[in-house]
Amino acid sequence: MIQDLYKNQPDDKGHFGIFGGRYVAETLMPLILTVGDAWKEAKNDPSFWKEFEYLAKYYIGRPSPLYYAERLSKKLGGAKIYLKRDELNHTGAHKINNCLGQILLAKRMGKTRIIAETGAGQHGVATATVCALFDMPCTIYMGATDVERQKPNVFRMKLLGAEVKSVTSGASTLKDAMNDAMRDWVANVEDTYYIIGTTAGPHPYPEMVRDFQSVIGNETKEQMKEHEGRVPDILVACIGGGSNAMGLFYPFLGDKEVKMYGVEAGGYGVDSGKHAASLAGGRAGILHGNRTYLLQDEDGQIKEAHSISAGLDYPGIGPEHSWLHETGRVEYVSITDDDALEGFKLLTKMEGIIPALESSHAVAFAAKIAPSLSEDNIMVVNLSGRGDKDIFTVAQHLGVEI
Amino acid sequence: MSRIKNTFERLKKENKKALITFITGGDPDYETSLELFRSLPENGADIIELGMPFSDPMADGEAIQKASIRALANGADMKQTLKMVKEFRKGNQETPIILMGYYNPVYAYGVEDFCKKASEAGIDGLIIVDLPPEEDEELRIYADNNGISIIRLITPTTDENRLKIILNGAGGFLYYVSITGVTGTASADVNKITPHIEMIKKYTTLPVAVGFGIKTSDDVKVMARISDAVVVGSVLVKEFDAKDGATAISEIQNIVRVLSKAV
Repeated sequence: MIQDLYKNQPDDKGHFGIFGGRYVAETLMPLILTVGDAWKEAKNDPSFWKEFEYLAKYYIGRPSPLYYAERLSKKLGGAKIYLKRDELNHTGAHKINNCLGQILLAKRMGKTRIIAETGAGQHGVATATVCALFDMPCTIYMGATDVERQKPNVFRMKLLGAEVKSVTSGASTLKDAMNDAMRDWVANVEDTYYIIGTTAGPHPYPEMVRDFQSVIGNETKEQMKEHEGRVPDILVACIGGGSNAMGLFYPFLGDKEVKMYGVEAGGYGVDSGKHAASLAGGRAGILHGNRTYLLQDEDGQIKEAHSISAGLDYPGIGPEHSWLHETGRVEYVSITDDDALEGFKLLTKMEGIIPALESSHAVAFAAKIAPSLSEDNIMVVNLSGRGDKDIFTVAQHLGVEI
Repeated sequence: MSRIKNTFERLKKENKKALITFITGGDPDYETSLELFRSLPENGADIIELGMPFSDPMADGEAIQKASIRALANGADMKQTLKMVKEFRKGNQETPIILMGYYNPVYAYGVEDFCKKASEAGIDGLIIVDLPPEEDEELRIYADNNGISIIRLITPTTDENRLKIILNGAGGFLYYVSITGVTGTASADVNKITPHIEMIKKYTTLPVAVGFGIKTSDDVKVMARISDAVVVGSVLVKEFDAKDGATAISEIQNIVRVLSKAV
């Protein structure tokens, strides 16, 4: 059964085909194995999910609407486009779904301190938020470059009670923040839990984050049944590490008729070498606990990614995406910075919804293919975050002073 | 017989423990690094760990992170690291050389080809920090075929069950990471370590080296008493941070001479 093939990933050591696994320092291995055991127990415990669902509903505001974007669809003159509105979540992005799940697990494991990495600050804010809710101290690692360009989010995290550590090692961006978070964890294995923000890292993180984010795809399936009485034809989501995409795609992987597009950040174009498209421009390697596609040079040194959206600015991708890419189940494409900006403006003007620059990549790709489709084709675009945080970047690119 | 085994047996007869020195290959540049590398045995290093530079050394503290960055900035890569060992072997056939680093550069080189070339260059062992026993089979097969030992890490978080998993497939010697943390940070506490070393010795006859957080002659002396070898690294490579190549080399040689008297 094809359903089973996709449902049963990963294997018990965390492998999706050759990808995934557990590539961490020995000091962390016992803890990683314990997190794996705790997760296995929690996911089979109805009371765990009851608490998750309660807070998802009353704290995050789920389910998020599945909204028929009629003006946008008509303007593009092709496919019927629906938006999955995860930008309406508390804290403004899909990140909170995962943070809520993981802090419940951390609490269950008796951990008393939380650490996390962040790029644009969305995952940092979501982590600081659940830490305030559960009264846990937290330390957020953020590259010094990002601290400088994402000041509002840094201040939000501090207001929420988090300690923000500015990382100056390497190129001072997201991957270096993740390195330093790992270094913290090695030094504090006893009391600390690491909330990884995407479907990457050592097993069980890719599986666990996917399962928490699957709330997006599960709701979409239900809601689409109400709207159209069937599954959609096309799913579109942007990909940095790939958690919002995995969350939307996973519940549909067994539905053969559903076509899926993962949209990587093409930066200045994949040929320019300045992009964050790990699948289009990288190859398999090992970083941050898992085997996956990475941007790297001949010698296996990791390259810096580039994207207009800080949330996609990562040189790797979740291992399940690498596997879905190689099996061909999902088609991976890329959208440049310039096209993403156009997507940003398009959705803002047509629907009165300001999307995050990350999600604008998905919008831009949808706009590209929609005109060639018929109105019988139903497409879902995952609106994983809202764009308030990006207005300064966008203004700068448009040459506007605010 | 292997160089690692020979070295430990010779030292045992002399009633001595081994001093293992870590330097990063190509730090700060190829010529300086090779000069230092060649001079380590005559200054008292019994075994040499040569770091394979990596852009994202997650288990390392500031000193070794900076060493990697310096080396990479000056063009270090895996080919150059192997070339360094080849050059070293022209004048030294006895001192065991262990390559230490992260898996991605090895994987990018091609695991089978890497093991073959490493063996030809005269490398005796590998320590791959982010490759736990659960994942290292794909490397171990080729390492074994080429006579290279996979040296496994044991840490303060290792319990008896985990220890058995680690020992299954371990070769050369065992590397006991004396602190929970990255290299060159906290100081190791001998009272905490001793029972762990005793536990390890119950299950294996492989020599046990202690590393991470070892800085002074006193540290070395205390650790040598409870183990078979002591590893120093950060305290050496950080000399390149502020000093020019020649000055740093002679400082490092000094430190190694002093520490070798303490083992």
